[in-house]
Amino acid sequence: MITEALGLSAVLFVIGTFGVLVRRNAIIMFLCIELQLNAVNVAFVAFSNVFGIDGQVFVFFVMTVAAAEAAVGLAIIISIFRHYETVDVGNFNLLKW
Amino acid sequence: MTTVLFYVFAGIAIVAAIGVVIARSPVGSLLFMVTTLAAISGTFVLMEAHFLAAVQVIVYAGAIMVLFLFVIMLLNLGHEAQRDLKWGAFSIVSAAVVGGIVGMLALDLRGSDGAVVSGAGAEAIAAATEQYGAVGAIARPLYTTYVVPFEITGILLLVAIVGAIVLAKRGSAS
Repeated sequence: MITEALGLSAVLFVIGTFGVLVRRNAIIMFLCIELQLNAVNVAFVAFSNVFGIDGQVFVFFVMTVAAAEAAVGLAIIISIFRHYETVDVGNFNLLKW
Repeated sequence: MTTVLFYVFAGIAIVAAIGVVIARSPVGSLLFMVTTLAAISGTFVLMEAHFLAAVQVIVYAGAIMVLFLFVIMLLNLGHEAQRDLKWGAFSIVSAAVVGGIVGMLALDLRGSDGAVVSGAGAEAIAAATEQYGAVGAIARPLYTTYVVPFEITGILLLVAIVGAIVLAKRGSAS
């Protein structure tokens, strides 16, 4: 079960990474980052079956950080949308050289 | 039976995760994400993390995904359905990065095959759950060993609330 869970975690993390790299919609990029965090949570829960309850406590912290990140990130997206009228990250080229 | 169920949930999670990446509209992507989270919650139940499975559904699929949905609704992006995958030279870089990660993970999983299949943790968690209940088994280390990170998490949430309000307030900066 643990090996399968680690495999699931690896596959989900890779799909999330691919989504972050490939999509241009900022909200979907955020969703893919959440997918990566969830993949790590699966690995934590799997390892908690080996090393004790500490892994499940860390999943709590990961969820809290994910909630904070989602709130601040979505606020940034709203702020950028007011300025550019789009969420396509290809248009945000102020810092691009 | 447990293994079969795990494979079913893992398959649903992976298919829905691919749907998150390839769905055209943000709302479709979001609904695939909720499916992924529910399936991951199912795997948590099978790995004896019952309380985390409940929190996963309530906090992630309930609160965070609704936050995303509110933002999509607020910005009126639901009808946006053009194909926005990046192709060209960038996709080669993406494929190289993803391929590298896949290779390293596969190497690690192959190298550790059979080394960690079971350990003392499962029995310890079962004993703690027997004694304190599913919530108490997590709450005890959270409020004793990890009480300082727990308090820092509270500060992080406060900072996130203030930051989100300041950033999203109309006509504040510039």
